[in-house]
Amino acid sequence: MSTSTTKILKQAMNIISTIRSSYSTATAVSISRHCEDFTGTPPPVNLLTENELFFADTVRKFSKDVVKPLVREMDKYSKMSPIVTQGVFENGLMGVHVPEEYGGSGSSFFNAMIVIEELAKTDPSVSAMVGIHNTLPVSMIIDYGTEEQKLKYLPRLCSDSLASFCISESGAGSDAFALKTIAKRDGDHFLISGTKMWITNSGEAQVFVVFANADPSQKYKGITCFIVERSADGLTVDKEEDKLGIRASSTCQVHFDNVRVHKSAILGEYGKGYKYAIECLNAGRIAIGAQMIGLAQGCFDQTIPYLQQREQFGQRLIDFQGLQHQIAQARTEIEAARLLVYNAARMKEYGIPYVREAAMAKLFASQVATSTSAQCVKWLGGVGFTKEFPAEKFYRDAMIGEIYEGTSNIQLNTIAKLIDNEYKWKN
Amino acid sequence: MKILVGVKRVVDYAVKIRVKPDRSGVVTEGVQHSMNPFDEIALEEAVKLKEKKLATEVVAFSLGGPKSAEVLRTALAKGADKAVHVQVTDAEAGKLESFHVAKALQKIVEQEKFDAVFLGKQAIDDDSSQTAPILAGLLEWPQALYASKVEDAGAGHMKVTREIDGGLDTIKVKVPFVLSADLRLNEPRYATLPNIMKAKKKPLKNIPIKDLNVDITPQTETLEVTEPPVRQAGGFVDDVSALVAKLKEKGFVKA
Repeated sequence: MSTSTTKILKQAMNIISTIRSSYSTATAVSISRHCEDFTGTPPPVNLLTENELFFADTVRKFSKDVVKPLVREMDKYSKMSPIVTQGVFENGLMGVHVPEEYGGSGSSFFNAMIVIEELAKTDPSVSAMVGIHNTLPVSMIIDYGTEEQKLKYLPRLCSDSLASFCISESGAGSDAFALKTIAKRDGDHFLISGTKMWITNSGEAQVFVVFANADPSQKYKGITCFIVERSADGLTVDKEEDKLGIRASSTCQVHFDNVRVHKSAILGEYGKGYKYAIECLNAGRIAIGAQMIGLAQGCFDQTIPYLQQREQFGQRLIDFQGLQHQIAQARTEIEAARLLVYNAARMKEYGIPYVREAAMAKLFASQVATSTSAQCVKWLGGVGFTKEFPAEKFYRDAMIGEIYEGTSNIQLNTIAKLIDNEYKWKN
Repeated sequence: MKILVGVKRVVDYAVKIRVKPDRSGVVTEGVQHSMNPFDEIALEEAVKLKEKKLATEVVAFSLGGPKSAEVLRTALAKGADKAVHVQVTDAEAGKLESFHVAKALQKIVEQEKFDAVFLGKQAIDDDSSQTAPILAGLLEWPQALYASKVEDAGAGHMKVTREIDGGLDTIKVKVPFVLSADLRLNEPRYATLPNIMKAKKKPLKNIPIKDLNVDITPQTETLEVTEPPVRQAGGFVDDVSALVAKLKEKGFVKA
C-alpha cells in the first residue's frame, strides 16, 4: 500500500472518528442498530422492560413507606435519617449496577437511573445520596479498580458504607482541573494535601475517591485518583453546609493534611485521573437528569390532585383553561426531558458515544425541574408558599440541578463544541 | 416441610375503584395491579419458616391470565424458590371463583406433594375468604384460618394463633395443613434489587388449566355491580338545644 493511500485512509479514519465523537443522532442510530442487530424498528426509548418496571415499582413502594414519612423532618434538620440510609443499603439500592460477585444487584446503568428517578419523586435529597454514590465513586471503582480494590471496596459500598467523590475545590468548580490538592510522592506512598469543597455524602462517607495532582508540572496530566478511607490520619470532614435545597443530603468540606496512602490506593493509572473524571461525570450528568425528572414528576404528581379538588368561582382550578394550558405545557416538558434522559442512558448502555446527549439531558431536565416546581408553587397559590405542601421543598431542591455536576452554561459549552465538530465535516 | 403459597393479582389497594358504566364489574384496564396484600403476608410467613429451617421449599402459585406472571415474579423476588402459573385467558380469569382456585390448588398439591398451603385470608377484590376452607375440605387437611402467629409445635405439628371475633384462639394443627394469613401475622419485606435480579433465574412453570382437568365453568353469575351509596353531607347546628331538636325531628330521640 502506497504512502499516499495510507495517508488518505488515515485522514478518512480521523474524519469518521471525529464525526462519531460529535455524536450526531444519525450516527447514534446506525451504531445502535449495529449493536443490537435490529431487523425491525427499535422499541420506544421510554418503554420499560418487565424488570425495569419491577425495579421502579419496588423503589416506589420503598419511597412511599420508608422515605415519605421522614421527608419534612430530614429537610428541617438537614440530616439524613439512619432509617433511610439503612433502608437503601438493605434494599440493594447502593450497588444497582455492581456485579453480583462483588455484592451488588448485578443490574444495569439504566436501572440505576430508574432508582434515582423514583427516589427523587419523593425526596431529591435521598436521590442525590443514592445517585452520586452509585454513579460516581462506585462506578469509578467498577470501571477502573484493580481486582483487589473491587474485592476490598465494592462489597462494603453495596452493604453499609457510603462513598464520596472528591473533585471540587474552592478554586476548581466548573474549572474542575484547576485543582490545587496535591499528592506528593514519598517512596511507595503519596502524601495528599488540600481541601475539597461541596462534597456530597461526605458527612457519613466511609470511603473517598479523591482527585489530586501528583505532578503539578504536568498540569492536568498529573491528576491522579486515589481511594482514601475515612479513618486515614489527616483526613477531616468539616461541618455540614446549611443549604437552600437537598438539605438532608450531606455536603461538607473535606480536608487532607498530609494524608498518607500507599501507591496501591491509586485508582486506575497514574496521571489518568482527568480522563476518568470526564468519563464519570458524563455518566453522572445522566443521573442528575434522572434526579431532575423525578423531582419534576413528583412535584407535579403531588400538585394536580389539589387542583382537581380546590374550587374557585364555582369550578375546579383544573377546569380553568389558562391553568389547563400551563399544566399541559409542564407535563409535555417533563415527558420531553424524560425521553432525553432515558435516551442518553440507553446509549451509554449500548456503548454508543453519549456525551452530547448526556449534556442535553442534564441541561434540559434541570431547567424543567426548576420551571415545573416553580409553576406548582404558583398553581397551589397560598398553600404552595407554605411548608405544609411539598411544592416549596421541590422548588428549593430543584435549584441545585442547574449548578452541580456541571452548570447549565458548562453543558451549553459542551453541546456547542460538539455541534461545531459535527458541522466542520458537513461543509 | 414443602409450602405452596397462593398469590393473586388484584387491583392495587391504593387505587380508587371505579364501576364500569354498564355495571358489569369494575374497571381494571389501565389500572395499577399488584399482589393481594394478604397473599404477601402468607408468602412472607412461608419465607420466614424457610429461613428458620422449618420449611425446605417455598413455591408460589397463581391461577390467572397472562399478567399473573407479574405477581409470581414478585413472589420469586421476595423469596419463593419456584413458581407455578396455572394459565387461563383474561376473560376466564374474570369469572374465576374460589372453588375453581381451590380445585387447581388441590391438583398441584397432589402432583407435587406439598406439606402445607399458605393463602391470604381473603382477596381484596372479591373478599370471599372461601379458598382456604374449600381447599382444606378437598384435601381433607386441618385448617388454621385467620392466622396471626405461627410456631413450631414439634412432632409434626404447628401451633397457630388465630384472630377471631372474641379475641385470640390458639390451636395445634397436624402437618399437612392449610393456613390463611391475617393482617397482623407479619410485615412483608420489600423485593430487594439483588433479589429481583436473582428472580429472573428462578423457574416459573406454566400449566394451562386444561392440563389439570379442572372445570372452570362459572357457578354464579354477577347480575350487577354498583357503587356504595354516597354518604349524605352533615349539617351544622348553633347550640345543644338545636341539636336535640334536630334529633327529635329525625326520630332519633324520643321526647
